[in-house]
Amino acid sequence: MSDARSTILNGIRRSLHRGELSGAQRQAVEVRLADPPRGPAVARADLPQPDKVALFCQWAEANNATVARVAAADVAAEVATYLARNNLPAEAAMAPGSALDGYDWASQKMLSLRRGRGEGSDHVSITGAFAGIAETGTLVTASGPDHPVTLNLLPDTHIVVLREGDIVGGYEDVWGRLRARYGKNHMPRTVNTITGPSRTGDIEQTIELGAHGPRRMHIVVVRE
Amino acid sequence: MQSTAHDFKENAHAALVDPNLQDSLAKLKVGFSERRRQAAERLPEFEVLRDRARDIKNHTLANLDFYLEEFERKVTALGGHVHWAPTAADARQIITDLCRSMNARTVAKSKSMVSEEIGLNDHLEELGIAPIETDLGEYIIQLRHEPPSHIIAPAVHLTKDQVADTFLEAHGKLGFTKRLTERNDLVAEARYVLRQKFLDADVGLTGANFLVAETGSSMLVTNEGNADLSNTLPKMHIVLASIEKVIPTLEDAAVLLRVLARSATGQESSAYTTLNTGPKRPGDLDGPEHYHVVILDNGRSSVLGTEMQDMLRCIRCGACMNHCPVYGAIGGHAYGWVYPGPIGAVLTPQLLGVEEASNLPNASTFCGRCESVCPVRIPLPKLMRHWREREFERHLTPRAVRQGLALWSFLARRPRLYKSLTGLANRVLALFGRADGRYAALPLASGWTRFRDFPAPPPGGTFHAQWKRKRP
Repeated sequence: MSDARSTILNGIRRSLHRGELSGAQRQAVEVRLADPPRGPAVARADLPQPDKVALFCQWAEANNATVARVAAADVAAEVATYLARNNLPAEAAMAPGSALDGYDWASQKMLSLRRGRGEGSDHVSITGAFAGIAETGTLVTASGPDHPVTLNLLPDTHIVVLREGDIVGGYEDVWGRLRARYGKNHMPRTVNTITGPSRTGDIEQTIELGAHGPRRMHIVVVRE
Repeated sequence: MQSTAHDFKENAHAALVDPNLQDSLAKLKVGFSERRRQAAERLPEFEVLRDRARDIKNHTLANLDFYLEEFERKVTALGGHVHWAPTAADARQIITDLCRSMNARTVAKSKSMVSEEIGLNDHLEELGIAPIETDLGEYIIQLRHEPPSHIIAPAVHLTKDQVADTFLEAHGKLGFTKRLTERNDLVAEARYVLRQKFLDADVGLTGANFLVAETGSSMLVTNEGNADLSNTLPKMHIVLASIEKVIPTLEDAAVLLRVLARSATGQESSAYTTLNTGPKRPGDLDGPEHYHVVILDNGRSSVLGTEMQDMLRCIRCGACMNHCPVYGAIGGHAYGWVYPGPIGAVLTPQLLGVEEASNLPNASTFCGRCESVCPVRIPLPKLMRHWREREFERHLTPRAVRQGLALWSFLARRPRLYKSLTGLANRVLALFGRADGRYAALPLASGWTRFRDFPAPPPGGTFHAQWKRKRP
């Protein structure tokens, strides 16, 4: 045990008038850690799945994202239309994983896609999402070879393809899914939860979008 | 940073006559508190969540050593490193060594109040390592060589025109020679300038809103995304956090996040909430190769187990200052150090000593708004009263106040004398007229009436007299 480490830990124990936790006391915190108690339930998102999807879309829009709800067959067309409608270049950096392979990108002849991480010069990125949180219209992404974090951050416009079935009620449901997917003790390097485009209120307390991350966030919710 | 907390009265006088500051504060008082109120009303569970948030923090503090060790174990298991810093100097040294191990010339920083607390920027600059603040507000005040005036809105004291002048001066050499007039253009220019700095930085340094013991993750909440660029692009990510930032589990984080954003800005959720766990993994296309967490004590452990422990529940939302009439009148700089407002009045005497900061706990009307909005229910007025008691015990209170208190205590212990003297005072004050319910001037009381009216005694006589008449 390094000196600095024991200085701090022993200082804490001295102030709390006890030694290292032991016996029943230790067991109680270990149990709490292994089986975390949930906080008070938030009724807002305790809904049947279709209503969860609607609530997600409502809050995402309230947080300055735009939302389109389409069938899987129309995802690529929706992306191309969105780019054209907003006078954005028809080229994008796309997440490398197989999650986006199922959509008919080839049908969009004008759309030029590069698979890989995000670069400082990218205007548009297209990614999937690990989950959507209905309570606040928040997207959740988990980093890995199939989802570089830079795609969420560097481009001006972030287009996210989210399957309806991945929309859950609250944070707690996301934690459950993360543990199931990655194992309880093995979080991905980065889990981003993103609620609308980047913003700042640092000049005269007035919100401006696009501080450092994307100025625009478009969420394509895929009907199932 | 050098504290001027001992000059609080002079600072406050200067703040009251600064027209730009007064404009900003007028806006802040309405904006933040109104948005918080609306956010709280939109969530029926808000009060129950505040209770739970308080309980989670209390539970963690009672088992703080356990959770810190657990956090360290998880970080280490995933290839990260935890460093323990008993003092500010220790933390500066650890960070210096880490930067040197990367031959770092620049450090991209996201807003960290703990880094302000340990004076990190000045230290790095002296060593020839350039710290670059990337939160827009922090960036602006770094260019102006000013400390933050609010814990979540560091440049809230400045106007758009002041920012425009600052950018013109700083960015001119980069080719930006036009003075901007629109907010969105200022934001865009800062984005452009800082983007390159992110890409060039050798080290990214962030704070943490929470450290999650269960997973060994640091959790960061921002609106701009600057923290995410800081922890993703450079080769090394350093997290600097104080010991009380640890929480047990992700479920606890969910509760705290629900009260944090709503209390701070009135948002349902901040734009970015990010969990970072260890360095990049095999196969990852981005992310830092090195992940280090520096855990700072700086006197906090000695607060545990004392009547002041509740201050360690703070999650740094800023609601107490947004709702404080004193902060609303003088802004953050008058408090003279890193943490302003009611929480600053409680933390600063602990971190710098009551001798330096004895004015701060006195800068309160005890109206209780801070406690009524605190998401983790810190009894701020009670804690400020404790500091006043300690100040009194150490004979730091001004002589006139001590004599006044001694006189009052003499009278309060002699009820008959007290009653007859207050009755006399009531009748004497009546001679000066009480038609308006207050006096603009009174003989012998100019020290009071120079700044505010003195309340007139009620027409029905003293409290004792009224009680005698009206008692059922």
